[in-house]
Amino acid sequence: MSDFLLTVFRLGFLVALWWFVLRIVAVLRRDLQAPRDAKPLTPARTSKAPSPRPTLRTRKASTSLVITEGTLEGTVVPLGTTPIIIGRAADATVVLEDDFVSTQHASLTPNGNHWVVEDLGSTNGTYIDRSRVTKPTVLHPGSTLRIGRTGMELRS
Amino acid sequence: MSEVLRKYTVSTRRSAELALLIGAWLLGVFAWILVDAATSTTTAGGWVSLIGSGVILLMAHGVVRRYTPYADPILLPAVATLNLLGLAMIHRLDAANAARALANGTKVPTPDVYFQVAWMFIGLILFMGVLIVVNDHRRLQRFTYTSGVLGIVMLFLPLLPGIGYEVNGAKLWISVAGFTFQPGELAKILLTVFFAGFLVTRRHTLALVQSKFLGVGFPRIKDAGPLVVMWLFALMVLVLERDLGTSLLIFGIFIVLLYVATGRRSWVIIGSLLLMVGAVAAYKMFGHVRIRFDVWLHPFADAQGTGFQIVQSLYGFANGGLFGTGWGQGYPQLVPFAKTDFITSALGEELGLVGLTAILLMYAIIVERGARASVATRDPFGNLLAIGLTAALGLQTFIVVGGVTKLIPLTGLTTPFLSYGGSSLVANYILIALLIRISNAARSPEHDQSAELVSEVNA
Repeated sequence: MSDFLLTVFRLGFLVALWWFVLRIVAVLRRDLQAPRDAKPLTPARTSKAPSPRPTLRTRKASTSLVITEGTLEGTVVPLGTTPIIIGRAADATVVLEDDFVSTQHASLTPNGNHWVVEDLGSTNGTYIDRSRVTKPTVLHPGSTLRIGRTGMELRS
Repeated sequence: MSEVLRKYTVSTRRSAELALLIGAWLLGVFAWILVDAATSTTTAGGWVSLIGSGVILLMAHGVVRRYTPYADPILLPAVATLNLLGLAMIHRLDAANAARALANGTKVPTPDVYFQVAWMFIGLILFMGVLIVVNDHRRLQRFTYTSGVLGIVMLFLPLLPGIGYEVNGAKLWISVAGFTFQPGELAKILLTVFFAGFLVTRRHTLALVQSKFLGVGFPRIKDAGPLVVMWLFALMVLVLERDLGTSLLIFGIFIVLLYVATGRRSWVIIGSLLLMVGAVAAYKMFGHVRIRFDVWLHPFADAQGTGFQIVQSLYGFANGGLFGTGWGQGYPQLVPFAKTDFITSALGEELGLVGLTAILLMYAIIVERGARASVATRDPFGNLLAIGLTAALGLQTFIVVGGVTKLIPLTGLTTPFLSYGGSSLVANYILIALLIRISNAARSPEHDQSAELVSEVNA
């Protein structure tokens, strides 16, 4: 091969390589600009603000957690858009004074219009009705979340 | 409702993925043709390899389309590009070895590139297998401790007499029935699954702050247990297997996950301090670590001996300059282990700074996509798993490319997807399959996942 052709191919390959990288970047950019609807976006909307886009689910998000059993019976914990922690620790959102409750026992995280319960490695377990929570599970209104000697339910 | 559904199904970006994949393959073919032209080798086996790799990549794309329709469209084409460029470079080094053998009158060695193509097939078949079998990454959380134990077993398998053996002073390999494998590469993934599963349940406890020092909150001493255990574990890998790279990589992944899980910078500070203590202790105690450090600081002090490899690598980069010598025009074969640890310097010589930058950018893009998948995933386990796998890939690239370019001491890891080596290629394809699975969950429209969650609860 002549020196000229060699140089042409040498630089030609680099041009092709960079062209390809730029193609990837173009796909990446279009991905960023994709309409918001196609993106997973799930901050829980409280029932106050009407959803600006149509959702498949019409059920409204629960707005409070009511303690139905135990020493704190009758207490209402308002739910917002941030996750809450239930446990014995003083800085938990819901503090339960109960020897059967771990320091950081369980968390309740909003996911769309649902609240998802997750056990944080507690010693005595977290239960929804009678089944133990072993992985993130949706807590439905009407089901009872049991932690130690306390039972609680979602209300909207 | 159909209106909503239609809107959701528009951008799966599968055609963009296909277009990029074809582009990647054409780039690989272009590189291969240039190598053939420059080294005037026969291309019969070469075309079979190229067409075969194209077919298997198309099949992988088909599986992605079928099983993870919402997956990230960039991950597969990006790793395919790296793999194909790696094949071209291994082919080029094969040609150099053959030429040298002819000149010396010795037997021409079997070309390594065909083995690598075979490994690419195995890797992509496992990639498809993972996408089909693991239909929900959250299932992996159940195997937290199983994969932890398996990962540790894998990591220490090479120490077993009989199946483990030593290559160049490091005990990384096992050999079963004439078949060699580097189990540490798989251990990397298994341990990441374990870390993610473990930290997801402990993250609130580990995030507790007890005291403030210089404006950074520090955790309680009794919570430092897992970090100290990991540190001792990494030191054990270093001492028993003499493997600096894997030890650094695993500790690094753990620190990244600890930071992401708790959001506490103090863990990074504590981890870095432990790392420094470990590095100083290893320097004082072990000859092989001391040599690595001395070669890093003064490679030209013994340029014909211990520093030979890194000095040749630096000469290679210098010879390549800005635009490189062109495929097949340089002397990358002069660097020992050019096909494995030093493939970056071979690419740096023949493609120059401009080409190598494009390759490194490709890694950066893969890391960005992985991080994005992590951020967008709704479950905390997937979150940690995605960032852990991404960190594994990114850290490994940094450690090996940094070593070859003399930014950090040389540690001897493979360059993901580029290097010659089956274990690394297969493990990294599995890693990418998991990332694609998580990105699919992250990018799939909302109703899909909540419906799934509800059905799980009802079941």
